Amino acid sequence: MARTIQSLERAAAMLRLLAGGERRLGLSDISSSLGLAKGTAHGILRTLQQEGFVEQDAASGRYQLGAELLRLGNSYLDVHELRARALVWTDDLARSSGESVYLGVLHQQGVLIVHHVFRPDDSRQVLEVGAMQPLHSTALGKVLSAYDPVAHSEVVEADRETFTPRTVTGLEDFEGLLDLTRARGWAADVEETWDGVASVAAPIHDRRRMPVGAVGVTGAVERVCKDGELRPEIIAAVRDCARAVSRDLGAGRF
Amino acid sequence: MSETPTTSHGTHGHGPFIAAIDQGTTSSRCIVFDKDGRIVSVDQKEHEQIFPKPGWVEHNATEIWTNVQQVVDGAVEKAGITAADVKAIGITNQRETTVLWDKNTGEPVHNAIVWQDTRTDALCKELGRNVGQDRFRRETGLPLASYFAGPKIRWLLDNVEGLRERAERGEILFGTMDSWVIWNLTGGVNGGHHVTDVTNASRTMLMNLHDLAWDEKILTSMDIPAAVLPEIKSSAEVYGTAASGVLTGVPVASALGDQQAALFGQTCFQQGEAKSTYGTGTFMLMNTGHEPVNSYNGLLTTVGYRIGDETPVYALEGSIAVTGSLVQWMRDQMGLINSAAEIETLASTVDDNGGAYFVPAFSGLFAPYWRSDARGVIAGLTRYVTKAHIARAVLEATAWQTREITDAMTKDSGVELTALKVDGGMTSNNLLMQTISDFLDAPVVRPMVAETTCLGAAYAAGLAVGFWSSTDELRANWRRAAEWTPRMDAATRDREYKSWLKAVERTMGWIEDEE
Repeated sequence: MARTIQSLERAAAMLRLLAGGERRLGLSDISSSLGLAKGTAHGILRTLQQEGFVEQDAASGRYQLGAELLRLGNSYLDVHELRARALVWTDDLARSSGESVYLGVLHQQGVLIVHHVFRPDDSRQVLEVGAMQPLHSTALGKVLSAYDPVAHSEVVEADRETFTPRTVTGLEDFEGLLDLTRARGWAADVEETWDGVASVAAPIHDRRRMPVGAVGVTGAVERVCKDGELRPEIIAAVRDCARAVSRDLGAGRF
Repeated sequence: MSETPTTSHGTHGHGPFIAAIDQGTTSSRCIVFDKDGRIVSVDQKEHEQIFPKPGWVEHNATEIWTNVQQVVDGAVEKAGITAADVKAIGITNQRETTVLWDKNTGEPVHNAIVWQDTRTDALCKELGRNVGQDRFRRETGLPLASYFAGPKIRWLLDNVEGLRERAERGEILFGTMDSWVIWNLTGGVNGGHHVTDVTNASRTMLMNLHDLAWDEKILTSMDIPAAVLPEIKSSAEVYGTAASGVLTGVPVASALGDQQAALFGQTCFQQGEAKSTYGTGTFMLMNTGHEPVNSYNGLLTTVGYRIGDETPVYALEGSIAVTGSLVQWMRDQMGLINSAAEIETLASTVDDNGGAYFVPAFSGLFAPYWRSDARGVIAGLTRYVTKAHIARAVLEATAWQTREITDAMTKDSGVELTALKVDGGMTSNNLLMQTISDFLDAPVVRPMVAETTCLGAAYAAGLAVGFWSSTDELRANWRRAAEWTPRMDAATRDREYKSWLKAVERTMGWIEDEE
């Protein structure tokens, strides 16, 4: 019989364990269930986490299956389905905020814009569906990096370019921003990608609570911010929109 | 009641508001709008589709009226407002669906006969006499087809026992769903107003388009007593006030057939402006100004709207039978996709149709060809063609058919289309919208409020009570959510159109002897 690779067998056993019974397990549960030393189990979990097959809950430290596993299967959410579900809510967000709305998903090492609603004034605007935005500096990208472990591993490895004097590129500072994003439930980009432009975004989850995309508004910094702060009503409207789309995708209230 | 998208964050403006009732084919809805034309709340309830025989479709008009009352209550309650905050009620409705009721009891004498019902096919042939289906086209703008209300009334008079006598004694009232809702809403047996608007009346085949009055000759030809008919009013005026429910005392101030309401909601107030609604099928209407334009290219001539005493506005209408339903067919019958939205994903994996053209003439070709002997064809197949190319051909079929209708409209009206305003579920399909723009060589624009039908009814009602001052003010409310501009070079477009037309030719004559 051909030699097998022990660590892969152990990784497979972990995934099976996380897939059955209780959804989230702590390190000690996993190691004792599989008869492994904690250090060994942790090494495998960390690798699986980097690949997006496992994710760790920030608050409890427990592990659960990651989004990448779903992408491997055929149950991933079609981006055009996402756009169809988001249509009415994003229209309404554009009207209530007075700014343009973008819906983005992770694609390769960036944010792919899958839906764009014009700013509701009569100015000439060009549809930006299909455009790419950077992960590390935009509000959409930060939301995806904070919630989607696959996006996170991409952004950590990527060369984080400096676009403006305000772009955060250092890993530690950037991780701090992601922690803040997870704690608040939204991310911002105030002149970190483009001079004079600010945006706010929040995550969209599907019925498995998987982060499937981010939605946000983008506009001139003097309109999106007031007295140097993001306008709270814009943040509230963005989060409401993200919740509404998530609810339409079957995610429970949260 | 189903939960429908509403603004949940309360950032909409404060009152006053307009309530719009959309009495549709599958459900009744009520939407409350604020002054900016934004949706404040929605309530919706489906009603039963009754299929007594193949080709027959009926609705229970009593159930519909009950649902309308419930959704009005529901929407007002969700909005957290009272009758005092609502300045007017507007009505839009499924067109041509016909109900007759007893004016003393308010009871329908039969289920409503729905527009899709084909029971009057034979009657329509008979009514054509030696002239054929265009016998009443000069007066009404319509061909003799089973959709329209006049022959449905005749069928009921002929087939419900004793009905003709009761009708002639003046005990029976006819209405399309606008009339039924308005009569009940304004009091029913206790003084309800028996009225219809010019757009709904234009779908009965009984109204003369030129003077907007019931045509006595046609009434005689169809043997319909004038006593059953409602009074024809404009689309935007106060018909009466609500006599019951949470909105008691609020003026009932507009009625428009659903497609005309969408034209109004899209603010197509100028000659040459057109809207296209992409759903299961597609309906395109073009504002042709103050004169009815005769169609020699297979379109319908209809009333677009009339605001109070102003000069009426006419429209040309073209419909495509199979658009969204072709995508559903790809999903349900072919199993090539799991959801309708996935057609775009599949189609986007290739850059072109690979030489394949799909003409979905499932029950013949409609406007502008009108060939019932045609059946669907996928042409241009080679070993190279994949399911992704077919998906692309599916989307292109909707775009080419839109092009054929706009070409017919241009021929009939002499007005070149400058931009196409779109609404309906398929507008979320980006590739389709881009393809339509490419094939029309014109910009395609999507407005910010998808609910253009209800919005149109709200707009008309708001104009009637002075909530909005003018159509200019409404136009200022219109917001562009997206715009697709043509990217295809003329040579490619012409070559592709030629290939499409060749494929269309190959559908014809498939059915050899039609019964």
